[in-house]
Amino acid sequence: MPPRDSPPKRNMLNRSALLMLPAFVMLAIVFLVPLGWFFAQTLFVNTDPTGLWSQITDVLTSRAMLQAIITTNWISLVVTATVLLMGYPIAYYLANRNGLRFTLVVFCIVVPYFTSIIVRTYSWMVLLGRTGLINHALQSAGMIDSPLPLLYNKTSIVIGMTYVLLPYMVLTLFAAMKSIDRNLLLAARGMGASGPMIFWRVYLPLSLHGVISGALIVFILSIGFFITPALMGGPSDVMVAMLIERSVEITLDWTSASVMSLFLLAVTLVLYAIYYRVTDVRRLMGA
Amino acid sequence: MGSAVTQPPLSGSGKGALELDGIIKRYGDERVVDAVSATIRPGEFFSLLGPSGSGKTTTLMMIAGFVAPDGGAIRVDGADLTHVPPQRRGLGMVFQNYAIFPHLNVFENVAFPLRARHVAEAELRQRVTGALELVRLDRFAQRFARQLSGGQQQRVAIARAIVFHPSIVLMDEPLGALDKNLRYEMQVEIKDIQQRLGMTVVYVTHDQEEAMNMSDRIAIMNRGRIEQLGPPGEIYEHPTNEFVARFLGEANVIEGTLETVARDEALLRMRDGTALRARLGRNATPGRAASLFVRPEKLAFGAGGDGNTVTGTVRRRSFLGSMIRTVIEVGSGTHLTVDLANLGDGGGPEVGASVSVCWPVAHSMILLD
Amino acid sequence: MHRALPCYVVLICLLLMAPIVIVVTLAFSGEGYLQFPPTSFSFHWFVRFLGDPQWQASLWYSLVIGVIACTIATVLGFFAAYAFVRSNLAGKKLLLSLLLLPIIVPTVITSIAMYFLAARLHLVGNLLWIGICHAVIALPVVLLILLSALQGVDLNLERAALSLGASRARLFLKVVVPLAAPGLISAALFAFLASFDELIISLFLTGVRAQTLPVRIWNSLHLEIEPTIAAVSAFLIGITALVLLVDGLLRGRRAATMNPQR
Repeated sequence: MPPRDSPPKRNMLNRSALLMLPAFVMLAIVFLVPLGWFFAQTLFVNTDPTGLWSQITDVLTSRAMLQAIITTNWISLVVTATVLLMGYPIAYYLANRNGLRFTLVVFCIVVPYFTSIIVRTYSWMVLLGRTGLINHALQSAGMIDSPLPLLYNKTSIVIGMTYVLLPYMVLTLFAAMKSIDRNLLLAARGMGASGPMIFWRVYLPLSLHGVISGALIVFILSIGFFITPALMGGPSDVMVAMLIERSVEITLDWTSASVMSLFLLAVTLVLYAIYYRVTDVRRLMGA
Repeated sequence: MGSAVTQPPLSGSGKGALELDGIIKRYGDERVVDAVSATIRPGEFFSLLGPSGSGKTTTLMMIAGFVAPDGGAIRVDGADLTHVPPQRRGLGMVFQNYAIFPHLNVFENVAFPLRARHVAEAELRQRVTGALELVRLDRFAQRFARQLSGGQQQRVAIARAIVFHPSIVLMDEPLGALDKNLRYEMQVEIKDIQQRLGMTVVYVTHDQEEAMNMSDRIAIMNRGRIEQLGPPGEIYEHPTNEFVARFLGEANVIEGTLETVARDEALLRMRDGTALRARLGRNATPGRAASLFVRPEKLAFGAGGDGNTVTGTVRRRSFLGSMIRTVIEVGSGTHLTVDLANLGDGGGPEVGASVSVCWPVAHSMILLD
Repeated sequence: MHRALPCYVVLICLLLMAPIVIVVTLAFSGEGYLQFPPTSFSFHWFVRFLGDPQWQASLWYSLVIGVIACTIATVLGFFAAYAFVRSNLAGKKLLLSLLLLPIIVPTVITSIAMYFLAARLHLVGNLLWIGICHAVIALPVVLLILLSALQGVDLNLERAALSLGASRARLFLKVVVPLAAPGLISAALFAFLASFDELIISLFLTGVRAQTLPVRIWNSLHLEIEPTIAAVSAFLIGITALVLLVDGLLRGRRAATMNPQR
């Protein structure tokens, strides 16, 4: 009797794929539907197509928006650079240490990382405010007469955001550095290269994909920031996310909020697509 | 324990006949298992033997139900199990890495299948204890996997696989992770348990000694197909092709041309002109290329009367403990391996000596590709 | 050069921990205003925090929402992680990225979209709905932890259980869940923490009545920076530290159960 091909495979492996359905249903209902509904309602209902386009350009080219875009880019770039420069040595240290020192440093990074952003921002306000600790200490020591305006400007925003985003950079860089083959460094030493040369010519290039990944993720997160700049910035320091929030809470201008959100979302997704190419999400599944 | 079945098995009438009917498995374009068929009798110890990649483990996984076949059928005692999920097939299974549940102690591990069948507590306790006594681990009932050696873990796995009286037990290279001495002991134990309980066992291994030691019949697999199926003695002495001949042990394979063919005997002409006679298993036309196969232990030094004789020079001698292995160069490039039992008398000619090697015709076979 | 690195690292570690340490210290100060180091020690601010009905209400809302979010995220995330690890589906990479979207999209945008819909459906201030919204944000964290935990469960253990006659339900309850338990607990804790600390979605969805702790801090900060806030912050830090401590302890157990053989 010749073997026939049996009906479609129904083995245990494919049926377990159904288990991810509830999570996707929740994602659709609670996340995708609100987003879609929001954009659809605010942009497409009650507006004709030609009016829509002029509305979009009006919002995006308004002074407030253009200013916010400039501020957002400037601050995000500065934060990314700061976090990179500060974080690279720390990641390097972690990648080459074990035991107690490793655990302690990781502890110092992870505790802030998991602390609520409002607490972290508040703590910096306590430090930098006019009646804050730094001013208080400097005045008590007699070094200044009146309090320094350390808070409510771009610098304090950068400080606050750096504090929040440093762990992301360190952890990304650490993962990249861990995968650098030690033997390459030994080979370079064996060929007579000096310490600095090994670093600049071998180690840094090998860690570059971590640098790019880390910088991308920090930048992506920065441009969406709202809490820290809102609390720690001055009246003229407005980032895009703050504008969006104000449109909803204060001016109740849903259309503007929608247009700005769409813009911010589009930029975020494009950057994320680049990040996705550079990193490997598949590693998370152990493939 | 070992007595009449008190718990109905989950499928079939419980006798343990397994039929593989043209099983196929494809990964991409490749047929990993290529129309494998076999009928395994109740109570038989049946081995799937072959190198890695031969498809033997995939075949076992299909019998167990963890891999779905792309074609063919699997029947147990007449019932078609091909699309039945593994938890309803009622087959016992033992894995190479033991798969002992680390979060349960030995007792609970063995009790697991009985709990799944909702067996009453008193009977459960009795059967688990019985199974543990069978594998001599009754004193270890409260221990956990991390407190047991490899051999002990494997015995727990066996106890667990048989406690619910399956008619068929599948074993996937269960002794592969154990060291050699322990492996031999366990082979004896497994065989003993199998015979006492009368179960059918399908045993996957790449170790030919293990397969020959334990099996009633062996199926030699290569690249997804069964090359030969039969009792160990038969396939050892009468392999159907060179792959089987070489896989089961040392083999001498002499190439040549088939000259004359009688009813069950043929004459092979070697390249250097020597004529050799050997048994012929099936029909073949004279003039084609063929090989003569003979086992090293069937060869003797000296001229052989009405058997086959060749002459050559000793190239190498190896002391292997229970035997002495000598390699002789016969004609240009052809080497014969001769195994002599180590009788303590020095064991045969020295390197460089010119010798004759002979063997009875009945011990050699013609192999056709 | 090589001695400079450890010094630098120590400096940065101090800078990282300093704000947190300072907030915790201030929470215990006896002063009426912010002074560091404080000259007296007192539970005064904690008493004010826990004794104030409004802060109490916020604590309650945070807890309820946290438990809801934690439960939903952990259960759904567990099943989804199992599906990712064990199934043969094509396009798993893409599907996983979809589930990770909530941490990619700027939270402001997600929040106002959720608020837009919730306002239409009169769900603003509804604790259950807020919990569900938090669950979507917590799900990626749960997934990442459980993907790793479930990969550590030997597939042969599941096969063995099935071959022994276990139903799918028994396989999950008696084999997979116990073996993944440390990971499950960690995932649940971090999901809870994600919800407990969450501010932006809560800002929009809690409305006036159901303010969670972070929201109330935010509102208070716009009025004045008073030490009660320090006490609340210290409380939040304490919860974080507790979660990290339990997770750290569980890591050891996770490693142990995965390697029973010598």
